[in-house]
Amino acid sequence: MTTHNSTIAHIPESAWKRLRTRSVSQRRWSAYTLWVGVFIVALVTFLSVAAPVLGFTEPNNTDLTQRLLPPSREHFFGTDDVGRDVFTRVLYGGRIDLSFGLITTYVSLAAGLVIGAIAGYYGGFLDSIVMRAVDLVISFPFIVLILAITAITGPGITGPYVGVLAVSWALYARLTRGEMLAMREKQYVMAAQTLGFSTWRIIFVHCIPNLLRSNLVFSMSDIVLNILTLAALSYLGLGVTPPTAEWGEIIAQGQRNLFAAWWISTLTGFYVVFVGVGFSLVGDGLADRLGEDGGGT
Amino acid sequence: MALNSNGNQPLLEINDLTIGFADARGILLAADRINLRLFRNQTLGLLGESGCGKSVSMRSILGLVPYPGEVIGGSVLWEGQDLSELSRSEMQKIRGKEISMIFQDPTSCLNPVYTIGNQIVETLKIKLKMNSHEARQRAVELLDHVGIPSPEQRLNLYPHQLSGGMRQRVMIAIAIGSKPKLLLADEPTTALDVTIQDQILNLLADLREETGMAVILVSHDVGVIAQNSDIVAIMYAGRIMECGSASDVMLSPRHPYTRGLLTALPTFEHAGERQPLTSIPGQPPNLADLPGGCPFRPRCQYVRDECASIPVVLDRDFPEHASACPFVD
Repeated sequence: MTTHNSTIAHIPESAWKRLRTRSVSQRRWSAYTLWVGVFIVALVTFLSVAAPVLGFTEPNNTDLTQRLLPPSREHFFGTDDVGRDVFTRVLYGGRIDLSFGLITTYVSLAAGLVIGAIAGYYGGFLDSIVMRAVDLVISFPFIVLILAITAITGPGITGPYVGVLAVSWALYARLTRGEMLAMREKQYVMAAQTLGFSTWRIIFVHCIPNLLRSNLVFSMSDIVLNILTLAALSYLGLGVTPPTAEWGEIIAQGQRNLFAAWWISTLTGFYVVFVGVGFSLVGDGLADRLGEDGGGT
Repeated sequence: MALNSNGNQPLLEINDLTIGFADARGILLAADRINLRLFRNQTLGLLGESGCGKSVSMRSILGLVPYPGEVIGGSVLWEGQDLSELSRSEMQKIRGKEISMIFQDPTSCLNPVYTIGNQIVETLKIKLKMNSHEARQRAVELLDHVGIPSPEQRLNLYPHQLSGGMRQRVMIAIAIGSKPKLLLADEPTTALDVTIQDQILNLLADLREETGMAVILVSHDVGVIAQNSDIVAIMYAGRIMECGSASDVMLSPRHPYTRGLLTALPTFEHAGERQPLTSIPGQPPNLADLPGGCPFRPRCQYVRDECASIPVVLDRDFPEHASACPFVD
């Protein structure tokens, strides 16, 4: 497009400048969201996975001579009330939180995608049954469900895993089913039927690749939500138990010394926000890219 | 162009086919006692307004009546075999191999996430049990056959990179890949411009000539049907109103509805002499709320009292020129 680089005579210079600035800023933003997001996610994941190699060992190493130290070169996020290095604990907590976010999200996505696609494709009675189950799951108060599950499993990471998995598939099922209803009417699905392909082939080979897009975009914000859920549950004492390092647990413990040592909860909180922004940017970027691809025509 | 069979068994025989749909307002019949017969190398033109049950009747041949409808009466015989007696997997073998179908909308008839090569190859592998190499070879031949230039490069394109006419050709290539004996063409040219429409219809005619396959051509375009069919059936409100050879039906229509359709065709006017279009008065029928007797009655200029109680039956047997109106001839 030559007009991007050259001035056109009959357009006033001021308008031209304004439009060009706008175009450049839009291009920049949409081109970079995905990669900024990927960079943040990759960085955070790398730090957590490679923490021991980078010299951050012993998240539970207490040192009572080093209590409640403010952030410094030795302790990026300071130390807590028993002298543990908060940054190290955040990195190790990331292992639990990130894997929790990824596992719960993508297991739910896979289950919801398949269930929603089948319900939407067959329609009728099966669809009604599945969708009523989805309504039931979504409308049930989550905290009550978690309390019940924790009562069975005892405190620990199992409760949040079971609880989140039991609920979040339903969101994907509902999303997928809605799209499947529209897709069922597409002629390439009808064409696949008239070609005598088996129903499973039509659903899994012809429909599901087309249904992935919206699910993937949604999954990015879902990862953040699931991580925040785990942090919130741990904060409430329903998830990971001390002294295991986990973001919600660190924030909850730091709260006791919030006025003496603001950095424990605050910096950890910022770190969680940073991770959330990273995943959200990936989601935005994916939505932009997959949307303009023309694939859905 | 043989109209009669010389004693051969018809390829496809539809007897009293009735298709019912249920919705909150009640039951409606998308097809009511339809009778059709088709022999090898014949083209049957099925002509009717939108929503008169043409497409549903086509899909019922393949056993694919969409929910909430179903076939509630009559039978479809394929080479003498009642298709309703076949199991699901036997039916799936017939679909796409002996009977193929092509569709109206070239924007959505191909799956956007696969290259056209993948889609042709997939069908060949499943329906003809070819291996990847053979299937790819054959895909190139097929694309070439349906008039797509430089087919080898085109194989790797996605549907959105092709024009509407090209996509329709790919669709046809997939449908004829397994050398079907019958091709159901559901308004194959409605969404295309006139030039492309002509090319596609010529392509279908050539393919029919070469392979001897039979074609059912569904359209609401009188011109398309008149030029491309051996036999014509006129459908109105789920019923066949008139049926016969294309020349009989088009040149000496018997049923008032057919006459109305043909007089409604715009004719070429001299400059400055714009005439209002002749049309059939009234609205297309609502299938859920049909009058008793002849469904065309409210719009018919020859209507009389008896029309409210007559059964809608063709007065002669296939393939003679038959009409469902006992009064006008």
